[in-house]
Amino acid sequence: MIRYTARRLLEAVPILLGIVTLTVLLLHLAPGDPATAYFNPNVSPEIIERMRENLGLNLPLHEQYLRWLRSFFTGDFGYSFGQHRPVAQVIADALPNTLVLSAVSLLLIFVLGCAVGALQAVRQYSALDIATTFVSLFIYSMPGFWLGLMLILLFSSPALPEVLRLPISGVTSIDYEFMAPAQRLLDRARHLVLPSFALGIASAAGVSRYMRGAMLEVLSQDYIRTARAKGLPETAVILRHALRNALIPIVSLLGLYLPLLFGGSIVIEVVFSWPGMGRALYNAILARDYPVVMACTFLFGVLVVFANLVADLLYAVVDPRIRTD
Amino acid sequence: MSAPLLEVRELRTHFATERGEARAVDGVSFDVGEGETVALVGESGCGKSVTGLSILRLIPDPPGRLLAGSSVRLRGEELTAATEARLRQVRGGEISMVFQEPMTSLNPVITIGRQVAEAIRTHADRTPDAGERRPSAAPRQAIEWLDRVGIPDPAQRCNAYPHQLSGGMRQRAMIAMALCTRPSLLIADEPTTALDVTVQGQILRLLASLQSELGTAILLITHDLGIVAQVADRVLVMYAGHIVEEAPVERLFRAPRHPYTEGLLQAVPDLRERRRRLAEIPGTVPQATRWPSGCRFRARCPYAWERCRLPPELRADRAATEGRYRCWLAEEPARRRGRGFASWSRQGSPTGAPESQ
Repeated sequence: MIRYTARRLLEAVPILLGIVTLTVLLLHLAPGDPATAYFNPNVSPEIIERMRENLGLNLPLHEQYLRWLRSFFTGDFGYSFGQHRPVAQVIADALPNTLVLSAVSLLLIFVLGCAVGALQAVRQYSALDIATTFVSLFIYSMPGFWLGLMLILLFSSPALPEVLRLPISGVTSIDYEFMAPAQRLLDRARHLVLPSFALGIASAAGVSRYMRGAMLEVLSQDYIRTARAKGLPETAVILRHALRNALIPIVSLLGLYLPLLFGGSIVIEVVFSWPGMGRALYNAILARDYPVVMACTFLFGVLVVFANLVADLLYAVVDPRIRTD
Repeated sequence: MSAPLLEVRELRTHFATERGEARAVDGVSFDVGEGETVALVGESGCGKSVTGLSILRLIPDPPGRLLAGSSVRLRGEELTAATEARLRQVRGGEISMVFQEPMTSLNPVITIGRQVAEAIRTHADRTPDAGERRPSAAPRQAIEWLDRVGIPDPAQRCNAYPHQLSGGMRQRAMIAMALCTRPSLLIADEPTTALDVTVQGQILRLLASLQSELGTAILLITHDLGIVAQVADRVLVMYAGHIVEEAPVERLFRAPRHPYTEGLLQAVPDLRERRRRLAEIPGTVPQATRWPSGCRFRARCPYAWERCRLPPELRADRAATEGRYRCWLAEEPARRRGRGFASWSRQGSPTGAPESQ
């Protein structure tokens, strides 16, 4: 297991190199550069030229590329000229927010997705199965940003009683500083509800479809008949014998859904003004803030590679047959 | 004989299929006595396994369905009318099952020790080992049972997953799981079919020794007549959803009465007779959605005559041999003379060489 993990970590190195290369090339191909983004009739061409020099934008592509590579290996992403502070600080502020949002969404995706899918399979062709299938396909077809906007409209609506309204932007309320610790926790949780729902619900609908299929497959297996022949109550047959086997193919979905989650977080964080990596990346792209773009892209790459590794290790945890002992 | 352990009467299990109603089990009646070994034999598709599963009501519904009028009595108690809770006590408690393929019949993600312990825990009231009814005793009892079925180093092996064991060891674990609750009846559905021949013998001997120790009756579902001859007391031959012959094992092998049984026996190679050409029963089992009218074996039978257009009943022979069979020959034994599978299948099969005279 340890050797396997080490090998997978080594394999991640060329993948990350590829990510860096692609990002540098894409940024280079995109029209405009940081200097033109600040274009302003009052700024003289000499000053713009000096800015380009400062940022190394006048260097040939391969030299720029080498400079980027160096910065990744030293972990020093330089200075954000959009936010006028070190990139490391921008990331340190944004990363925890994104991790919290992603973790909550991930939990929603897999807990809700698996529960609904398993229930549908157990009650195959029932009214419940048909109704939830319809709803999940409906949700699955909805674009995340649109769902986010609709949620904002709904939950900030004055027509809604005060208690039902939910915060629609940011991580905390304005008066957060004056709250007791328990209140602070609740305040943060309330802020998480809408963005994590908007971010995760479509994927949860997708997972539920996979889970339904996996569970139906498992329920027709011989060992389920054995479990029933043993005299186990149906709940034990489902929870102890069927569910774990059905989860095996679902675990591999984790690696598929995480990139989707990070991609979605860019849109959702903008919609809900969530100060995370996605929004930082979005703003940086608009501002041609290259150091932040590079750092965010690279970090998203690292997260996806790492999450895939975790998914593969989890696979071995749920399925004893592929454990390398 | 006192009241039998299990009485099956007019058991009918039908399945809804795309091609219509499949009458997989179509009026099956038999008894199993306490401690007895009864073999249920027949070709695949004749309804043996469905009969076994129907006894415990393990047929998935839909598509399967136990027809009204079917009766399964365990020591007089009607199981077809039992509540789900009572059925759960019976399943794995009073009646256990062992299945054919021990790889797919054991849960791949649960260790065998835990799978055996689960059965012990589920039927804690039936495992009276020295008054230990605490659930915590289950893992230890599971190890004892793994030892009892001949799994070496059981304290270690109880932590093994099914894929880490050989086919024979898996079937031993399966047997431990079935017998650890000391059931009165074990339904063994092709318990050795998936195993190597050498292992088959070991498993059969294990079953026999545990049977004599625990006094368990066994309903052995198999298509292997060699196994039947070794272990069974009584044999039920099934064909096309019916029982076509019922006889003590010795009589069945010495003098099969039903033409189907006769055909089955002649299709078994006999190592003492070196050069006998094996007879075959021409054709295949008809489909359960459209059983033939009259005698269902008619089209494959060398003796068939007009009377076979009417369905025969299960009845005793005029010659008053033991057992019963479902054939008009029971009433007109003279028609048996001079015919049979050996001559008939040679003429009937396209590959058979024509007789020179």
